[in-house]
Amino acid sequence: MNAPALPGTLNDNPVLDRWVSFPAPGKVTVNTGRVELGQGVLTAMQQVATDELYVSMARVTVHSGDTVRAPNEGYTAGSQSIQTGAVAMRQACADVRALFLAQAAAIIGCKPDELSVRDGSILHNGASTGQDYWTLAGAIDLTAKATGSGARKAVADFTSIGQSSARLDLPPKIFGDAIFIHDMKLDGMVHARVVRQPNRGATIGTIDEAAIKRAAKGPVDLVRNGNFLAIVGSNETAVDLAGAAAVNHVAWQNVEAPTPLQQEAYWLLQRPTVDRVLGSPEPSDSQGRQRFEATFTRGFVAHASISPSCGLALFKDGQMTVWTHCQGVFPLRAALARTLKLEPSAIIVHHVQGSGCYGHNGADDAAADAAIIAMQKPGTPVRVRWRREEEFVYEPKSPSMVVKVRALLDDAGKPADWTQEIWSGNHNGRPGGGSSLLGEEALPGYTPPPPPNEVPEAAGGGATRNAEPLYDIPEKRIVHHKIVEQPVRVSALRGLGATANVFALECCIDELAERAGQDPVAYRLSITSDPRARAVIEKAAAMANWQPGPPNGGEGHGRGVAFARYKNKAAYCAVVVDLDVDEEIRLNNVWCATDGGLIVSPDGALNQLEGGIIQAASWVLKEQVRFDNDAPTGPSAFDWETYPVLKFSEVPEITIALLNTKDEVPLGIGEVAGGPVAAAIGNAVSHALGVRIRDLPLTRERIAATLLKE
Amino acid sequence: MTQQYQFSVNGKAVSVSLDNEATPLLDVLRNELGLMGTRFGCGLEQCGCCMVLIDGAPVKSCSREISTLAGKTITTVEGLGTPERPHPLQQAFLDEQAGQCGYCLAGILISAKALLEKNPSPTRKEIALALDGNICRCGSHNRIMRAVEKAATVMRGAKS
Ligand code: FES
Ligand code: FES
Repeated sequence: MNAPALPGTLNDNPVLDRWVSFPAPGKVTVNTGRVELGQGVLTAMQQVATDELYVSMARVTVHSGDTVRAPNEGYTAGSQSIQTGAVAMRQACADVRALFLAQAAAIIGCKPDELSVRDGSILHNGASTGQDYWTLAGAIDLTAKATGSGARKAVADFTSIGQSSARLDLPPKIFGDAIFIHDMKLDGMVHARVVRQPNRGATIGTIDEAAIKRAAKGPVDLVRNGNFLAIVGSNETAVDLAGAAAVNHVAWQNVEAPTPLQQEAYWLLQRPTVDRVLGSPEPSDSQGRQRFEATFTRGFVAHASISPSCGLALFKDGQMTVWTHCQGVFPLRAALARTLKLEPSAIIVHHVQGSGCYGHNGADDAAADAAIIAMQKPGTPVRVRWRREEEFVYEPKSPSMVVKVRALLDDAGKPADWTQEIWSGNHNGRPGGGSSLLGEEALPGYTPPPPPNEVPEAAGGGATRNAEPLYDIPEKRIVHHKIVEQPVRVSALRGLGATANVFALECCIDELAERAGQDPVAYRLSITSDPRARAVIEKAAAMANWQPGPPNGGEGHGRGVAFARYKNKAAYCAVVVDLDVDEEIRLNNVWCATDGGLIVSPDGALNQLEGGIIQAASWVLKEQVRFDNDAPTGPSAFDWETYPVLKFSEVPEITIALLNTKDEVPLGIGEVAGGPVAAAIGNAVSHALGVRIRDLPLTRERIAATLLKE
Repeated sequence: MTQQYQFSVNGKAVSVSLDNEATPLLDVLRNELGLMGTRFGCGLEQCGCCMVLIDGAPVKSCSREISTLAGKTITTVEGLGTPERPHPLQQAFLDEQAGQCGYCLAGILISAKALLEKNPSPTRKEIALALDGNICRCGSHNRIMRAVEKAATVMRGAKS
């Protein structure tokens, strides 16, 4: 007989001491494989443990993200931490508490259900028993496996979950402590900068070592392994100067730079594709029904983390220890084993906080750089910090996308058949999943692994994420064309394909409403039967004081609405945007209604949503990685001037409502707002201008060009 | 050639000896003085992570050479306050939970301090413009601006 499935990631990590331990009297440590990315996940885990172990918050320390102690929970990504991580933590704590109650009952000679826990002390019918977690801990074997039978606390009894809890990680950031990986110092540490191979297959021609050393104005060494070249020294300023200068003093052969043609998503339409269809086959003719068709695009987008990536490594006595701010310490360990030709058991990976990453940025690669150099300098800790330009040029980009929607309409003007056809690169290029760590590509004897697989549909899909409308449409399908060869490395950015898909889908719905002469909110509600979806749409409209009626446009002021349920199985979100357009777009207000089920920390959820809204607005208004200058290194976005993001004076007022659905299971909310924000802006702009722009980003140049065409 | 440089940081006289007179103040703070609160973000005067006050004026320390600092008074985020005695700005940032990854915050706190010293009652718009030299990629902008407004109110109250 199979044991019942345990909740979330507990299934893969059933041993209880991976999750909970009692290191000293009065203290509880919980381990999570999730890592802090600025989203407040450690605080959320502390709240969960506080409730399920019935202890005060101050007793709980959260230990996160290393390959030695933490459970292997894969990547901290996809808004899964609460959805699968917190439920696992809840059950692990509940099972641990049940073991203690059983032990105490045996000692006292009573039934476990006569016992309760108050701040770690065991009570019998409410009276002290003299026993607590710490007196009993020695007798309890926490190497036992979770059974899933420990009773979880009822939602109504939560004292911590559901309350906004001050983030554990914020005070050190506000007082300027050395909390980031960039601030780590190891004894005898050297600094390093990599002289990046411009592209896979490029080879070093000549190195003007004297010029590099002159530029350093201090002692530095060059370390080389094949086409992997780095500058190393104990003085960071000298290493930094040499690193910047080396770009001009190393000549590369076999350089291939991306071309301006490749920067526009339409380039994808001319490429060889790997095709598949999800859903019912497309009807060969429209059977007399009205047909609607529109094409949407989005260019390459950068993660553009505020801090360039950083990694530290020490290779000593055959043991490699790596410190990284990546999203998955276990997958990175596996990838490093391949790169370094070491056994995984000879590698320890520790997570240390970095700046926000929003997906797969340069973090893993910087860690690999440090490890590659450390292999050549046994016993010496190596710290690599990427240069700003390096992060922009070499971080994996979110792939460009073309999304074509074809709809057949019924007599009432509602969609009866929906095809969403997608051209896109892979949204999963994470190390270990068939991709290399960047530095590995420069090492001798490098052979590329087979191309990585796209994120499976069961995990929400990659390019196809949110391509299927949640609306009541009798027939729907996705046609997916994958374009494997890309001009730059591509991988996961917050929301993956959902941003472009929801943009396309929700702009189309708006156009269909307009055709039908209907109010966009009412039209959406008329094709939505899911009550939770209706609730967020109605709430967002009410918050914005939405005035029903067909949008009249062209006066420079517009409002737009959009909706999505992230991955069609996580949180629900509806957004209304109010904006003005003259030469460029000015965002005035964003109203957002979200239903994320049980919310562990409401203020944490609001913080995540606000951030997601502003970041999505930035993508839509400004962001595209272009290849249209002759930068030898590749993309012509290499700093904050060539890749601008939304500034303080450009952010809208934001009002968010979290719907009260605490009896529902928790649903990830970190990525839910991106698509709806993109589409609501697109819809509002179209109402403001009286013409629709279907290509992102909605830059000043694009608006001017569109208006000129009209 | 090694040279001595003397200036004051957070109210303390310091002296450092360096070979390269072009060493950025940011590197001196972090690597010579162990003050890690001032962060590196770009090294290009574009992001504001490295903001410090030099004689009260906000300056991006990544591009300020050490040789220009003789006798100057420098304030970094560590000089604003401590968990026990937080600066009103720091208290307001805690109260508003203003920040996500927090990498930008030290520089933003410094820019905000410079603003409030010049203009104790800034409008939302003035706050935004004063912070436009600081990038926040996580989208914590509105919380940060609310926190600055709150700190301004507290500081005005303390003065009157
Ligand atoms: S690090 Fe100085 S402005 Fe970015
Ligand atoms: S909080 Fe992450 S950059 Fe501002």
